[in-house]
Amino acid sequence: MKNVVIIGNGIAGVTAARHIRKKSDHKITIISGETDYFFSRTALMYIFMGHMKFEHTQPYENWFWKKNRIDLVKAFVTKVDTVSKTVSLDNNTNLNYDDLIIATGSKPNKFGWPGQDLKGVSGMYSKQDLDAITESSKDCHRAVIVGGGLIGIEMAEMLASKNIPVTFLVRETSFWNGVLPEGESDMVNRHIREHHIDLKLQTGLSEIISDENGRAKAIVTDKGETIACNLVGLTAGVSPNIDFLKDSTIELGRGVMVNRKLETSVPNVYAIGDCAQQHEGIGERRPIEAVWYTGKMMGETVARTICGEPSDYTPGHWFNSAKFLDIEYQTYGWVWAQPKENEGRFYWEHKDGKKCVHFNYDKNTRKFIGLNTFGIRLRHNMFDKWLKEERSVEHVLEHLKDANFDPEFYDQHETEILEKFNQENNTNLVSKKKSWKRILQNAINL
Amino acid sequence: MNTQMKTIKNIGYILTFLGFLFFAGSIFTGSYKVTPEAYTNWINSKGIKSEYFIENTQKAIVDKEMSAWALSHEIIDQAKASNEFQKKQTEIDWNKIIHIKWNKTSKEYIFPLVKAAATGWFVDNTALWFFLTFGLAIIGGLMVFIPDYKLLGPAGIKNNGIFQHSATNRGIVGFVAAFFFVSFYVLLYFFPNYIVNPILAVDGISKSLSGNPASQWFLYGFMYCSVMTVFAVRMFIKYRHNKYQLIRTGVVLFFQIAFAFLLPEILVAFNQPWFDFKNAWPLNYSFFFDWNINGLISSGNLGIFMFVWGILLTVIIVPVMVYFYGKRWYCSWVCGCGGLAETLGDPYRQLSDKSLFSWKVERWLIHTVLAFATIMTLLTLYIYFAEIPSWKELFWGISVYDVQTLYGFLIGSIFSGVIGTGFYPILGNRVWCRFGCPLAAYMGLVQRFKSRFRITTNGGQCISCGNCSTYCEQGIDVRSYAQKGQNIVRSSCVGCGVCSAVCPRGVLKLENGPNTDASRTEVSDVTLGNDIDLLEMLKKND
Repeated sequence: MKNVVIIGNGIAGVTAARHIRKKSDHKITIISGETDYFFSRTALMYIFMGHMKFEHTQPYENWFWKKNRIDLVKAFVTKVDTVSKTVSLDNNTNLNYDDLIIATGSKPNKFGWPGQDLKGVSGMYSKQDLDAITESSKDCHRAVIVGGGLIGIEMAEMLASKNIPVTFLVRETSFWNGVLPEGESDMVNRHIREHHIDLKLQTGLSEIISDENGRAKAIVTDKGETIACNLVGLTAGVSPNIDFLKDSTIELGRGVMVNRKLETSVPNVYAIGDCAQQHEGIGERRPIEAVWYTGKMMGETVARTICGEPSDYTPGHWFNSAKFLDIEYQTYGWVWAQPKENEGRFYWEHKDGKKCVHFNYDKNTRKFIGLNTFGIRLRHNMFDKWLKEERSVEHVLEHLKDANFDPEFYDQHETEILEKFNQENNTNLVSKKKSWKRILQNAINL
Repeated sequence: MNTQMKTIKNIGYILTFLGFLFFAGSIFTGSYKVTPEAYTNWINSKGIKSEYFIENTQKAIVDKEMSAWALSHEIIDQAKASNEFQKKQTEIDWNKIIHIKWNKTSKEYIFPLVKAAATGWFVDNTALWFFLTFGLAIIGGLMVFIPDYKLLGPAGIKNNGIFQHSATNRGIVGFVAAFFFVSFYVLLYFFPNYIVNPILAVDGISKSLSGNPASQWFLYGFMYCSVMTVFAVRMFIKYRHNKYQLIRTGVVLFFQIAFAFLLPEILVAFNQPWFDFKNAWPLNYSFFFDWNINGLISSGNLGIFMFVWGILLTVIIVPVMVYFYGKRWYCSWVCGCGGLAETLGDPYRQLSDKSLFSWKVERWLIHTVLAFATIMTLLTLYIYFAEIPSWKELFWGISVYDVQTLYGFLIGSIFSGVIGTGFYPILGNRVWCRFGCPLAAYMGLVQRFKSRFRITTNGGQCISCGNCSTYCEQGIDVRSYAQKGQNIVRSSCVGCGVCSAVCPRGVLKLENGPNTDASRTEVSDVTLGNDIDLLEMLKKND
């Protein structure tokens, strides 16, 4: 029986703990200074908006941890000593470990803006951030959000839901266009404005101005415009939350450097989730993946390794999802903002301007590479299968009805999508009827 | 634009409040005068034998203007005095004793007399009175909800503020609402003699439909349909982006108005039995009671058809439909209880308890009620065919009539009405459907073990946010399945589709597929996103 200590009670750390418990009798301790129990970070916005209470974001009831013999310690880790194998906590106690898993997630980026630590200025990452935003939103007459990514648009939605006027500064020429191709990005721009959010593209932050009480009272943009506001959201991305490891012997880059087995440079110390950095990105992936799903996968992988089944982190085909105000987004495989040289694209947008699909394929081999879908839900399992089986874009389009995941009675667009493709490519593809047999079939091993 | 909309909404609140104020306030006013003819009819129809009671009560109430409260209390007091008098006689004549029970005497004895004795403004101005109650409440309700079309912004899930508002988060407004709901059910079921004025508001409508004056059940039926209509409009606006919700709400409203309300009244107008074609045993627990069977088979071909239909519905239609579509076809598309829960109850769906403990309670309770209903019905059928009168003792001093009465009181009135609906603002909108309905239990067994229905989880897309579990009115912890990538097959799921609607990542889909057994819930590790080398794992396990 080993003594496993996990720093961080987010999705990565908790997944690791659960799987270690499933596979072994090891002693498991999770340390977190943020909250008593695991909660879903992605749901913080819904607490603010009143869709849920904090307890609803906790996926397990409070008795779960004791029943599964997972000890919870509420403290922040101040130091890790890999020689004596101890971690020091901010409550002046130490914990010994045999195996240590670092799963401390991210922290919001701050780029040294003047006034970035004023009252009323906050990122939107932790429970503490949410509490701060809740407090300063009470008398907020205008909010400014700085940084146009997934967290930025969530924060804009949150504040707008309370009828607070929101100005949204986005440095790029169009929302999230480092990731989204033009069509999708433009659709989101329009939708943001439809929600009466004042979207300012190609605009950055210069400084935040304080009032006499040390609270933000205005910001100045890089174009010299001053905007009066008493709440500022800093959502210009996140980076690994690893400051407490600066003095340790563990090799650090932007994150904690790990190999494919998620082992750090020091034996018996592992890093998973947002804070882990691969020496080289796996496939087309980035070396640091700050995504819910990858945190989950890494947690499961490290559990196998710790329980005597050394395993590589082998994420399957890329997928992700998000919701931009009222428009849902899913992606399977890769669709880059700019097509690569060998890539062909096919884009269809619904006339209401709130639904679209964007296919990416290899122009030469016709191999399907990936897809973005907005406003239409699609079946993960089918795309995973098609990507594994290296199907052609034509095959995917013909069988698109198999992948429709919208609720019953929704308007279906597969035929319309295919017609547009036929027109553009001089093809005569015919939409195949939905087949349960194909849906339930496992991927053919190639 | 939004300011105007808010003004309309606020006026709507005021009108609704006034409507309810008149409705509830009328309980404390009005005058009642028992005429000599009405009195004699009443004595005869109730078969009252005590001369002591007949004479004294006549002196006390006939031709006197009284309030409903005074009149009701006078009758009870007289009955008590009469019973005392009879018991003092050397030889007690038990036929002259008037049995007084709190949950029966008011509705069975007193109500018909009070109803017949109504006089004055409410009787003379039924149309105006209807407008001041139902009229104001309905118009006000629509004015409250229709502006949401603009106020809620672009179509989408707008559950903003639900857990920050007193009405929907068990705050003071919620408790006040629950108090009014419960009070209404207690009066409706046990003391309709105090709600004669509200009943008079729909007298005209009842007469024009069936030719009969309104009973408390007609009031309830009309109110039920009005409330469902107003709240269906709310649903149509709230879920205007979601066709499943639009169609489902439209259909469940249609079945309530057409099959539970209009058709039975029209049947009565044509001297046919009052019959709700969609109300299946064992939810319709009195279907096999002797009076119902006799009533149906003595009503000619239509009556016999109704009897056969009722049996077919339970034995064939219900299980076959559950096999194909899940129990949702009934619970959230057809059923009246479900219809109210999905309209009036929608603002309270998040209050259902999601704990593992409550799931345990649910399974014990609902299957106990199913067993209770089944045993009661078997006993009823036994004495029916053995030709034993229902009041005759069968065992342990209990008659079948006692069993039926107990079920009607505990399950039919208290559980399904007072608790089931009265506590919407405290316990959520499906308490009855989740913990008590025997038909739901029966369909749940079919759904759980042999049905094409399941809620499919979309591979690995779940982010464990908890919206699905929070908004599940049946208290299913949907997330616990979704985050494992496991499809959801639960006996209690009524297929309302809201988990799927509120999911921000497109993870849940209600669907009917070809596999009908346990394979519906097999988890495929692959779709969780981790590429596990299955062959290698197999080798290791060997």
